[in-house]
Amino acid sequence: MTDSVIIRTDQLKKIYQMGEIEVPALNGVSITIQEGEFVAIMGPSGSGKSTLMNILGCLDSPTDGQYYLDDQDVSKLNRAQLAHIRNEKLGFIFQSYNLLPRMSALENVTLPMMYIKAAAGNQVEMTKKAEELLGIVGLGDRIHHQPKELSGGQQQRVAIARALINDPVLVLADEPTGNLDTKSANEIMEILHNLHQSGRTIVMVTHEPDIAEQTQRIIAVRDGLVELDHTNGRK
Amino acid sequence: MKIIDVIKVASKSLTSNKLRSMLTMLGIIIGVAAVIIMIAVSSGTETAIEDQINSLGANLVFVMSSFSQGGAGGGMGTSTGGLVYSDADAIAKSVPHVAGVAVEQTTTQTIKYGNIVLEDVSILGTTPDFTKVREIELAEGRFINDQELEHSTRTAILGATIAKELFGDTYPIGQKISVGTLKLTVVGVFEEKGLVSGVDYDARVYVPITLVFDKLMNSQFSRIAGDRVRIIYVTVDDKENIDDVILQINLLLSKLHDVPLESPDFQISTQQDIIQTQSATTESFRILLAWVAGVSLIVGGIGIMNIMLVSVTERTREIGIRQAVGATPQDIQSQFLTEALILSLVGGLIGIIFGISGSWVFSRFGDMPTVVNPFSIVLAFGSAAAVGILFGYLPANKAAKLDPIVALRHE
Repeated sequence: MTDSVIIRTDQLKKIYQMGEIEVPALNGVSITIQEGEFVAIMGPSGSGKSTLMNILGCLDSPTDGQYYLDDQDVSKLNRAQLAHIRNEKLGFIFQSYNLLPRMSALENVTLPMMYIKAAAGNQVEMTKKAEELLGIVGLGDRIHHQPKELSGGQQQRVAIARALINDPVLVLADEPTGNLDTKSANEIMEILHNLHQSGRTIVMVTHEPDIAEQTQRIIAVRDGLVELDHTNGRK
Repeated sequence: MKIIDVIKVASKSLTSNKLRSMLTMLGIIIGVAAVIIMIAVSSGTETAIEDQINSLGANLVFVMSSFSQGGAGGGMGTSTGGLVYSDADAIAKSVPHVAGVAVEQTTTQTIKYGNIVLEDVSILGTTPDFTKVREIELAEGRFINDQELEHSTRTAILGATIAKELFGDTYPIGQKISVGTLKLTVVGVFEEKGLVSGVDYDARVYVPITLVFDKLMNSQFSRIAGDRVRIIYVTVDDKENIDDVILQINLLLSKLHDVPLESPDFQISTQQDIIQTQSATTESFRILLAWVAGVSLIVGGIGIMNIMLVSVTERTREIGIRQAVGATPQDIQSQFLTEALILSLVGGLIGIIFGISGSWVFSRFGDMPTVVNPFSIVLAFGSAAAVGILFGYLPANKAAKLDPIVALRHE
């Protein structure tokens, strides 16, 4: 593992304005995540872990503080710039898979390529790369199936392939096993471990301790602050 | 995002709900078809009116009596002013480039043949040149000749409708009919001419104008009026000379009637003037129709906006997913704008097809002349596109403004 820093936040604050009342969600979170780390973010509901995840995922901007993603300050970017960052540097895996229902697995996987700013990828290469990724997650024989024809675990595997299509510097997984039975959950964790082994940086939000235990490092969030940050000793 | 991809994504989402897309397009289809059909019908009507008027003689100048205050100063004949029979002779003799002159004076009489009685029939007294000037063909027999005009001979030529009503299948030439108290011999029957500028040429009886003056003007006023005429038709040998002839007639008649040139007791108009008056009527009618059609286009546009707004709400999660994987607000906006545009343009194309075939059906089976104007097609299609952009903008903007976090959480 190199020492290259993927995520560095400095006193991240997020305050929601609910009418007259200010509701703080993050009260100054400073974390650093190196390239190749597999990190779990834990915390009870209302702890601010979702807000932190949204900001790390460039879906939201902090009210105050800095967020450097891959050495770039992204805390002050506008919506279009954030969209480009998400497209180029991030891959998302959601609890509810979030596949487009009327598209095949293959079309879902190529979706992010459609929004590449440079519009470089040609159709043939795009398809080839998507097929490859679907092969890696074990769905090589189901590339033309629509999400409704796939099981939850299979849908989540399509989502993983989609998250990897633009070769992101960071994979963000938000409760990736939350909707799955134990067997499927284990399969998904297996894929994530393999990704980690091949050098991917993964940040995963979960509230299941046994899932979190499988990572290298656990960051526990409570009341908008980092409560605990410890390495698991796992490699 | 590449334009081709934008179009692909938009068409895919439209074809995935075909019935809804069709229904949404219906408003635009009807609007565009209505614009094209309405313009086709009104230009067809206008062309038909023009043809009809022109069919009653080309290069025609009308001189009509007008009882202006200027005429009261006294003229050749009487103190009431207006045209008299001798004016026609004067025009024929002294105005150059005149090809023919016909005079017209009308009266209304009851006519009888056997036990058939027709009341309030228009009797038109005229001169032998009438057929030439007004380009009406005889179906049977002949028209009035110079001798009959000179001697007020009791002859009559019938319009097609009158001939049919009086005689049916009987051969009319040589028969005698009663007009008022007179017995007239039928010497000719006109071919059908139809209704032109509100005048039914087939429902009239044509007699020598001298007969009208001598025997048929039976009111007190008419008798005093004597050889007064309602209208003098003048045909000009060439279109180029019309203005010159009008000027000459003005000069001649003002001198004869002893009235100032600027306030004459007659007025002169041309075929073109009449066509223009008619066109002005159809023009305002056409503008009204265009408005009605335009409104239906706008209603169609509102339909698109309505469905697009529903679609944005329904697809909130899709929008969130696209945003998460890198779609910018601009990308989302283009996608929905393109969908609205495709709906209106495809609707516009279908509308054009319906408009053209509808116009054809109208002229083929509706007995309504139609002329499909290429300009109307461009106008209708352009309006459809404008409607698409205009009414697609609000929903597209709404979609683009969605917060990805909220959109992803949407059920």
